[in-house]
Amino acid sequence: MCLAIPAEVIELLPDEMARVSLDGIVKTISVGLLDEVAVGDYVVVHVGHALARIDEAEARRTLALIAEMGQGTTEAAR
Amino acid sequence: MSPRDAKPRLDLSGRVEMTHGAGGRAMAQLIEAIFKPALANDFLAQGNDQAVMPLPGPGRLAMSTDGYVVSPLFFPGGDIGSLAIHGTINDVALSGAVPLYLSVSVIIEEGFPLADLARIADSMGAASRAAGVPVVTGDTKVVERGKADGVFISTAGLGLVPPGLVLSGDRARPGDRVILSGSIGDHGIAILSSRENLEFETAILSDSAALHGLIAAMVAAAGPHLRLMRDPTRGGLAATLNEIADQSGVGIVIEEAAIPVKPQVAAACELLGIDPLTVANEGKLIAVVDPAGAEAVLAAMRAHPLGREAALIGTIGEDDQHFVQMRTAFGGGRIVDWLAGEQLPRIC
Amino acid sequence: MKHVEEYRDGALAQGLAAAIRAEADPARSYRLMEFCGGHTHAIARYGLEDLLPPPVRLIHGPGCPVCVLPVGRIDAAIRLATRPGLTLCTYGDLMRVPGSHRDSLLKAKAAGADIRMVYSTLDAVAIAAREPEREVVFFAIGFETTTPPTAIAIREAEQNGLTNFSVFCNHVLTPAAIRAIVTGPEAVRDGVAIDGFIGPAHVSTVIGSDAYRFCATEFSKPVAIAGFEPLDVLQAVLMLVRQINQGRHEIETQYIRAVTPTGNRKAQALVATMFEPRPSFEWRGLGALPDSGLRLRPAFARFDAETRFEVDTVPAPDHPGCACGTILRGAKRPEQCKLFGTICTPDSPVGACMVSSEGACAAQWSYGRFRRPAAERVSA
Repeated sequence: MCLAIPAEVIELLPDEMARVSLDGIVKTISVGLLDEVAVGDYVVVHVGHALARIDEAEARRTLALIAEMGQGTTEAAR
Repeated sequence: MSPRDAKPRLDLSGRVEMTHGAGGRAMAQLIEAIFKPALANDFLAQGNDQAVMPLPGPGRLAMSTDGYVVSPLFFPGGDIGSLAIHGTINDVALSGAVPLYLSVSVIIEEGFPLADLARIADSMGAASRAAGVPVVTGDTKVVERGKADGVFISTAGLGLVPPGLVLSGDRARPGDRVILSGSIGDHGIAILSSRENLEFETAILSDSAALHGLIAAMVAAAGPHLRLMRDPTRGGLAATLNEIADQSGVGIVIEEAAIPVKPQVAAACELLGIDPLTVANEGKLIAVVDPAGAEAVLAAMRAHPLGREAALIGTIGEDDQHFVQMRTAFGGGRIVDWLAGEQLPRIC
Repeated sequence: MKHVEEYRDGALAQGLAAAIRAEADPARSYRLMEFCGGHTHAIARYGLEDLLPPPVRLIHGPGCPVCVLPVGRIDAAIRLATRPGLTLCTYGDLMRVPGSHRDSLLKAKAAGADIRMVYSTLDAVAIAAREPEREVVFFAIGFETTTPPTAIAIREAEQNGLTNFSVFCNHVLTPAAIRAIVTGPEAVRDGVAIDGFIGPAHVSTVIGSDAYRFCATEFSKPVAIAGFEPLDVLQAVLMLVRQINQGRHEIETQYIRAVTPTGNRKAQALVATMFEPRPSFEWRGLGALPDSGLRLRPAFARFDAETRFEVDTVPAPDHPGCACGTILRGAKRPEQCKLFGTICTPDSPVGACMVSSEGACAAQWSYGRFRRPAAERVSA
């Protein structure tokens, strides 16, 4: 359900719209569901609307945790 | 040009009218002003209801026909005119044939801008000249407004398969290698990016190209090792691999990590919820090659401009259910199935 | 960071998979329902089941809005679309969904109905603005994720003074469905065959992780709210394995980069001004569930296609052989349905689970059917 994809806000437009880029694919979407969107933010885009902002620090923490959770056992398994 | 109509005059700011297809002077003007100059060659100049051409050597004839109904007619990287030339050249050449002659039939909707028609004809002519494959005979028809979508083009092609070369969809054998000539999905994404209601900005261009030069290089390098070639057009790589598996009665296992996909194409597919494996290509081919010839074919492809990114993507195996399976870049396995229904963007 | 590729790293996946194998107790079972079709799709597309040990079984839940939309609502949409002067705008997903008598929007379009596919709700509003002589109805479906965009479209139409735009509202609520899976009559009769839930990614960005607290407090089921990338799913599986091993049942959030406890308040407020719960809404496969669907509030009746056009929804029975309902509750696997792969395939779907690539049956058919008889084939 709910195909959504993170994209970077590259330009704010009038009427709560914005241009976002996903690896060079640029689409105009609505940011009316979020407060205070800024250029450079990564937002979760669903059917042409930004639903949530991605927290960069939490993303880094998640990736670090994934690496850590997998590490011990990989070595143990070898 | 025929001496009796020394100067056909056609105002290109106008539109196609029913009279342009009625067989009278208006039709002659349309052909003289738009198609003849764009496609000019000695065979077309014969001016008969058919063209009569020499057979250049021994071998078997290959023939193919295809209809082109793309929307929009002009898209990033090409248009319906060049596409109609490239597509049929490719279909002929994939048999290993040297493509020789083309025919073109154009069905035009009443009201279509003449300038756009001229642009399409010029594009056909340029593609045909660049490929060295002449359009030797043609036809135009005009249908009432609403009965067509701008312009439909149908082309057919003839080619000559050199003696001894036999390529066919039923020749894949377990152990054979599957080679892809380059990145997938470019054409389909270029088209989707310009569709109404889906518009997104991208630098991706259609990969529409005539592949007969690449094919000739492959045949020269390792002709006897080639089992079959196909172009993954509608339905994408997924459909083509499934066709081969069914026709040859084999299974195919491909490696996701080996399949080139441009980052922008991958991104557009994410956005629209579609699988790049099912997106159309117009300038790519897959070859199934006996393992002894795989390296030679790959080297010949990589030395050609249209095969620089050629990659070994998989292997033919035994499978009584003829599945195409993929080892995902993630280490898991999945089936690569035919596209079900039309390729529609998903929200979920 | 682009927040996509980072979560598709095969080496990290092998690490997580090894940890899951090491920690999953072979004597126990870990029946984990991923509620969302987004997870189902990721699991199938990346072949994640191949990475999991036998005690961990993933059950594909009802979180595909296309799949749970009852036949009667599809029929109603088709009837709407065939009204003269009316344009029905729909997401591409719905075009092939079978209604009664194997009818579909695609077939209605072929027969002349003006049905247009849109990518965004605002595209439908734009069509209404461009073609004031036509009645434009947006066929709104989806969970809490897709409802706020519908609300924005209505607000846009209101602000632009459009009188020819309305919404055929079929929005549904996730917690109600989770509750039904655990407390429904079949669940009570047969017991609940689920040990934990992989919670929705994008729904949760809107409603927040607190919305699932009842799973822990009332049903003692652990939840791990996970993103839709493959590493997200694997990490959530490991989090659930640990909760189950330790006898915990908490609401944990793996998708912490986008989900907060309270969710998107602005979106929630906008939805609340326009929509109210229906006393009951029918779900394909789960039956009529209380407080599980939304309708427009009376103040927005002029944007409600159901009042404007007197849409009647006649409940229509599913195909008698179709096991979608049992499959959506996790009580049967797709391949245990006798229609699966025989008369019901993605090219000619009978049941809803075969329509969307996120449906449990379509995912199994399109990506996983080689697994069934085939341990030996894969190794061959």
